[in-house]
Amino acid sequence: MREFATEVVETDILILGGGMAGCGAAVEAAYWAKATGMKVTLVDKAAIDRSGPVAMGLSAINTYMGMDGKVTMNPRAPERYAEYVTNDQMGLARQDLVYDVGRHVDGTVRLFEKWGLPIWKDEAGNFTKSGEWQVMISGESYKIIVAEAAKNAMGTLGDKGQIIERVYITHLLKDEKEPDRVCGAVGFSVREDKFYVFKAKVVICILGGAVHVFRPRSQGEGFGRSWMPPFLAGTTYALTLQAGGELTQMDVTFVPPRFKDSYGPVGTFFLLFKTPATNAYDEPYVDAYKSETGKWAPYSNAKPVPTPVRNYDMILCAKEGKTPFLMHTNRVVERYQKEITDPKELKKKLKEYEAEAWEDFLDMTIAGATNWAAHNIDPMEKPMELQLSDSVFIGSHASSTGAWVCGAEDLMPAEYKADFPAQYNCMTTVLGLFTAGCGVGACAHKFSSGSHVQGRIVAKSAIRFANDQKDYKPTVSDDTINKLKEIVLRPIALYDEKSTYTTMPDVNPNYISPHSFLFRLQKIMGEYAGGWETLYGTSDKMLEVGLWKLAFCGEDIEKIAAKDLHELLRAWESIHRYWVGEACVRTRLARKESRWPGYYHKYDYLKLDEGQKHFVNVKYDVDKKEWKIIERPMIPIV
Amino acid sequence: MPSFVINEKCDGCKGQDKTACMYICPNDLIVLDKERMKAYNQEPNYCWECYCCVKICPQQAMDVRGYADFMPLGAASTPLRGTEDIMWTITFRDGRIKRFKYPTRTTPEGSIKALEGYPDAKAADLTTQLILGEPDIMGVKELPTRKK
Ligand SMILES: Cc1cc2nc3c(=O)[nH]c(=O)nc-3n(C[C@H](O)[C@H](O)[C@H](O)COP(=O)(O)OP(=O)(O)OC[C@H]3O[C@@H](n4cnc5c(N)ncnc54)[C@H](O)[C@@H]3O)c2cc1C
Ligand code: SF4
Ligand code: SF4
Repeated sequence: MREFATEVVETDILILGGGMAGCGAAVEAAYWAKATGMKVTLVDKAAIDRSGPVAMGLSAINTYMGMDGKVTMNPRAPERYAEYVTNDQMGLARQDLVYDVGRHVDGTVRLFEKWGLPIWKDEAGNFTKSGEWQVMISGESYKIIVAEAAKNAMGTLGDKGQIIERVYITHLLKDEKEPDRVCGAVGFSVREDKFYVFKAKVVICILGGAVHVFRPRSQGEGFGRSWMPPFLAGTTYALTLQAGGELTQMDVTFVPPRFKDSYGPVGTFFLLFKTPATNAYDEPYVDAYKSETGKWAPYSNAKPVPTPVRNYDMILCAKEGKTPFLMHTNRVVERYQKEITDPKELKKKLKEYEAEAWEDFLDMTIAGATNWAAHNIDPMEKPMELQLSDSVFIGSHASSTGAWVCGAEDLMPAEYKADFPAQYNCMTTVLGLFTAGCGVGACAHKFSSGSHVQGRIVAKSAIRFANDQKDYKPTVSDDTINKLKEIVLRPIALYDEKSTYTTMPDVNPNYISPHSFLFRLQKIMGEYAGGWETLYGTSDKMLEVGLWKLAFCGEDIEKIAAKDLHELLRAWESIHRYWVGEACVRTRLARKESRWPGYYHKYDYLKLDEGQKHFVNVKYDVDKKEWKIIERPMIPIV
Repeated sequence: MPSFVINEKCDGCKGQDKTACMYICPNDLIVLDKERMKAYNQEPNYCWECYCCVKICPQQAMDVRGYADFMPLGAASTPLRGTEDIMWTITFRDGRIKRFKYPTRTTPEGSIKALEGYPDAKAADLTTQLILGEPDIMGVKELPTRKK
């Protein structure tokens, strides 16, 4: 077997992930580290200039209050934001966490503007809102700008600010003197034969959410065209679980209703252009199934209709065979033609609409633009199909998956205090382990700006913790490190040892490729756990069989083989996805109702049950190999 | 829609140890064939068609072809990215062409000074809820709270 060098990096603050939350954390950590003399290290598997979902760019900042009143419409307070998010998530949200994001988020957006992000403005110089919470941007370079700020801030720390790219994180390290404490992480370089060990006083694990746990709709070349970028494997969730941390709402995946196949965004079309959407018979489908969706009152009566209910309208409509759904982009043109009588003004308006409609795709889902062009569709003339895509785990979007974390001192209800080993904002149930963005559960609708600001909140909180524990030094034995190294590199060793047994290395009874393992996982999740294959429906019976089959996957992890570093990356992504899938199935099994019917519903409990208005959390005991389900109460603060 | 490299145009970034496309791909898809000095996408079905590689290639040697799963052949979205805006040429399957230009940033590249202009942080302030620039940057007098 080839030799991998071991590189040990010692630091104070370890930031795992340089996405939106990671770049926010880097800026804030650099600021407070200087005051405390701490060293900060950020690690990412990609180049942070273009990593995570914002790599391609975005066309809107989805979370902004406008507390200073300088917005085109409806300045909002964090109270209203917490109410809105709670309703959209069908009554269940950690309002203390949501409120905290809301009260800080405007500052982060103001920083973006200062750094050079083009935010749309009206004539008075106010930010252009496209809905209650969104501001429009020309965001092709969003991630590059945010990463530049992170790099610049880290640079002010000199050799105490370090960014390491192209290292994939596989495990967290536990302290051997304090076994309930996290004190570092390990991973491998995807560019050279090197195993990395990071030791730190505190770890901020912000490695994003997960896609490709459920099966994407396109299976050939288009396998990678999931709505969420295929480079997010749920490492945040998998690592928190394995460190003994508690995850919440792992059943509440997001199902994005988007332009069919290319998954171009719909928000701007609905909110800014007020584009009508119908079923195939030109009937509106939203709110068309009141006799059924009314059973989800009071949430289904809220305005706007919660995303899981709007999705359920689409599912019910699809069951009647009334698809395809259509987004009538052309009718916006017809409306302007009716409303605007001055021909010059009309021409200007239509030109503006055309440019803005295309920009919405070109800034963030270029495939959407090409898909129009490939079908000879000019959106000014013809409608385009909509569809529900595959289920994803993205705790920062319109869904709730993530860790159960401590809230801010002045916001968290007293009832939650005992859940945490120490009271630091965004610390998980494991001492020394923090998270933000997609990693924080029951705190939906943060989006890019909210994730960035939560990264900033967590960085300050983590530095405060490290500062309070100044004398702490991690204890990790060489024996532990060597064992982990063997586990991390096992797929390569297995391939080296067995691949010549058959005449073609692809099919071999001694191992399974990372891709085949992934396809098996996706098939189980899709067919038993409520994927698009069953129109997002499942049941206890289906989940039980799914769990039984997943157990074989769990055993076969040791049989995954990788021929090179790139496949080793795919191997660990597949393993992390497996953990996310298992946590999801167990949570769905524990919840005996269908609270988010358009995200997933259970045929055997096809109703809302307010008796179950509590969080369902899941936890894993590595030593005993035991899963545990825990119920946590919903305590409102607004 | 997976990315591809045009044989004739790619110069392997002149044999530097890191090619631009390899450096930027968020999904580790691009490799350089050192013998031919040409880059290629090693796993097209894992491509998110984010165009990061297309936008960064100094030779305009990279492009994207719509996923065979659902896109008829013949269309293209072609970017030309400058320091403050991006120009897109959209070619329809039937030959129609549209051009759009959008701003990308309002400050010069490399000019961001994230911490400049703020007073130095003090360890004693670690216990407050305020983060960099607050509350002034938000245009409010104090940070909202629920604790009265
Ligand atoms: C398709 C899509 C469209 C969106 N549109 C909008 C929008 O219009 N407006 C808006 O405001 N928000 C939008 N969002 C939401 C926004 O992108 C997210 O909220 C935000 O990116 C979450 O930040 P994060 O830091 O938690 O995760 P990410 O930004 O995903 O960052 C995760 C980071 O971890 C790295 N990483 C992952 N695993 C590992 C590992 N094992 N080892 C090392 N590094 C690893 C990744 O490379 C990445 O840099 C959208 C999201 C998606 C998916
Ligand atoms: S960036 Fe362009 S020129 Fe450089 S190796 Fe890649 S494809 Fe070739
Ligand atoms: S389009 Fe994006 S995902 Fe595809 S190869 Fe280029 S950089 Fe990688």
